[in-house]
Amino acid sequence: MIAQQRVSLFELTAEQRAIGELARDFARDEIAPHIERWDREHTFPRELYTKLNAVGLMGMLVPEAYGGVQTGYLSYALAIEEVAKVDAGTAVTLSVHSMICGAIAALGSAAQKDAWLAKVGSEDCIAGFALTEPDAGSDAAAIRGRAARDGDGYVLNGRKQWCTNGGYAGVVMAMFRTGGAGSKGISAFLVDPATPGVAVEKVTRKLGIHTSDTVDLAFADARIPAQALLGHEGAGLSAALGALTAGRIGIAAQAVGILAACLDASVKFAKERSAFGRPIGAFEGIAFKIARMATDLEAARLLVYRAAALADAGRAFAVDASKAKLFASTAARVHASEAVQIHGGYGYTTEFPVERYYRDAKITEIYEGTSEIQQLIIARSLLGRLGD
Amino acid sequence: MVIPEDRQLNIVVAVKLVPDTNADKRIDPQTRRLVRSAAETVLNPFDEYAIEAGLQLKEQLADGSSVTIVTMAPESGKEVVRKALAMGADRAVMLSDPAFAGSDVWATAYVLAAGIRRIGFDLVLTGTQSTDAITGELPGALAEYLGVPGLTYAREIHVAAGRVRVKRETDTGYQTLSAPLPALASITKSAAEPRFASLKGIMAAKKKEIAVLRLADLEIAQAVGGDGAKLEVTELTASPARAAGKTVTAADGNAGARTIVAFLKERNLL
Repeated sequence: MIAQQRVSLFELTAEQRAIGELARDFARDEIAPHIERWDREHTFPRELYTKLNAVGLMGMLVPEAYGGVQTGYLSYALAIEEVAKVDAGTAVTLSVHSMICGAIAALGSAAQKDAWLAKVGSEDCIAGFALTEPDAGSDAAAIRGRAARDGDGYVLNGRKQWCTNGGYAGVVMAMFRTGGAGSKGISAFLVDPATPGVAVEKVTRKLGIHTSDTVDLAFADARIPAQALLGHEGAGLSAALGALTAGRIGIAAQAVGILAACLDASVKFAKERSAFGRPIGAFEGIAFKIARMATDLEAARLLVYRAAALADAGRAFAVDASKAKLFASTAARVHASEAVQIHGGYGYTTEFPVERYYRDAKITEIYEGTSEIQQLIIARSLLGRLGD
Repeated sequence: MVIPEDRQLNIVVAVKLVPDTNADKRIDPQTRRLVRSAAETVLNPFDEYAIEAGLQLKEQLADGSSVTIVTMAPESGKEVVRKALAMGADRAVMLSDPAFAGSDVWATAYVLAAGIRRIGFDLVLTGTQSTDAITGELPGALAEYLGVPGLTYAREIHVAAGRVRVKRETDTGYQTLSAPLPALASITKSAAEPRFASLKGIMAAKKKEIAVLRLADLEIAQAVGGDGAKLEVTELTASPARAAGKTVTAADGNAGARTIVAFLKERNLL
């Protein structure tokens, strides 16, 4: 039996702390001064990613040989958390980008790694993701977009919905049907969005994460080379779901960041705001909300760290990632609501950031697998597929 | 001593480890010293400008010149010092000895000078002040103990032909100063924004050397630390609570603005 690497849960290494601090300082200096305006104006701050790339935060899951830093998932989770504490939108851009970096590193051919990993890892090229279609969300095996083999390439036709980073991506990981119906007929491709026939059809407006780019991509007879196929034909859904499994660590960390921001804002407000002659934090109705918020934050954080540490140790982490995402996203949504409640009328205004946290928190229960899907994964790990 | 033009420069940046600027600070009424265990320790934010200036000089010279970080601090501060290495400094030296604890500005400058002499230097850079003690006296005292010209409050710094030239901020304008190396310069916050430590920098910093020098390693002839301190804090009192502000009542916004402008002008604030 291969000795398993011990997973240390309660102490970060100096290097992990330094990476978290870098992300914290970066977010404080480069995002915080602008976030109110970016959120209000639905701005995708493209130049921000040039700066994130310069400090290496776009290459966290890219091996050093390709210009990245390969810090591992725990450092990655720490960085995403710090960024999400200031802006959840930037955090998801970073999370999805990194998830695709990880997929290319894991599944790509030598030629694909040469072609794309240095670009996404250190050359300011953002990666986007295209799986969902108007009629295929959680039921990803139902996608209809077609990749038809044609000579030495494929011709893509179909429409991909809610592609994260799609409008600014230099490469898109896109899933299309190459075979018959069902999950085995799907293949994954690394598509250059500059390919003729690929177009951004619609920019979707959302409740929150306004700094994240969400677009529909239309593919009309878009011809791509055979080398764009990631892995082999028929392995596309498993490639996509594998990427999303790792992506859940990022989204769970994003939820932790939102939750941490809610706690900071609530503690500050509870000390500063007075009512009935006392700071409102002196009332148990407020103080207990804060106590529960802090406890759930710590629990969510430990679940995320555990899933990330398992991934770093090369151990199975899918169910742990699902548990982390389920718990952290629920906690973020619940406590963002409480943070608004603690702020009262002020919390409902755009003068305080908690209304943004409230709008941003909800999506963490939906993307990278809904909370229902996470529960299915967790339940099946215990019960198997009963009744199938 | 004259530094030949073609020689690589040994740039030494003296930094201080301070309690997190954003944390609530507490002073022990018995020792009348700041309780340092209460808050996270960070690099003195002012010193990051000196590190940045040192790194930019090194990059401009591009001749293999090096940046060495020196600090007088307990060894527990090692990871904080590593941040300066992650920004790009080549190595660090910590002056760590229980005998240094409780040093005042004089003793700190004296010990740092001994450490810097031991390291060897052509140019010493410092911040302008620390966020904890805020005396702003160290750069001058350190230049004095090193026996080199001290060019303080530099917002620009250049090195060429064995000389350092700085644009110095004063209350009324700027002075351009020049001095032969070796020299010391303190760098202001208007010089250049400190860079972020990059991920590659963080990884590289793991392998960089942080040497530790003790009292016995340095040529120190006088008592330092709390025993050698010449300055004694004899009493601490809280600053008086701020008096209530003045409220301006006016017929409309314009009239109110005029009253406020007049009030500020009277006090030479505008």
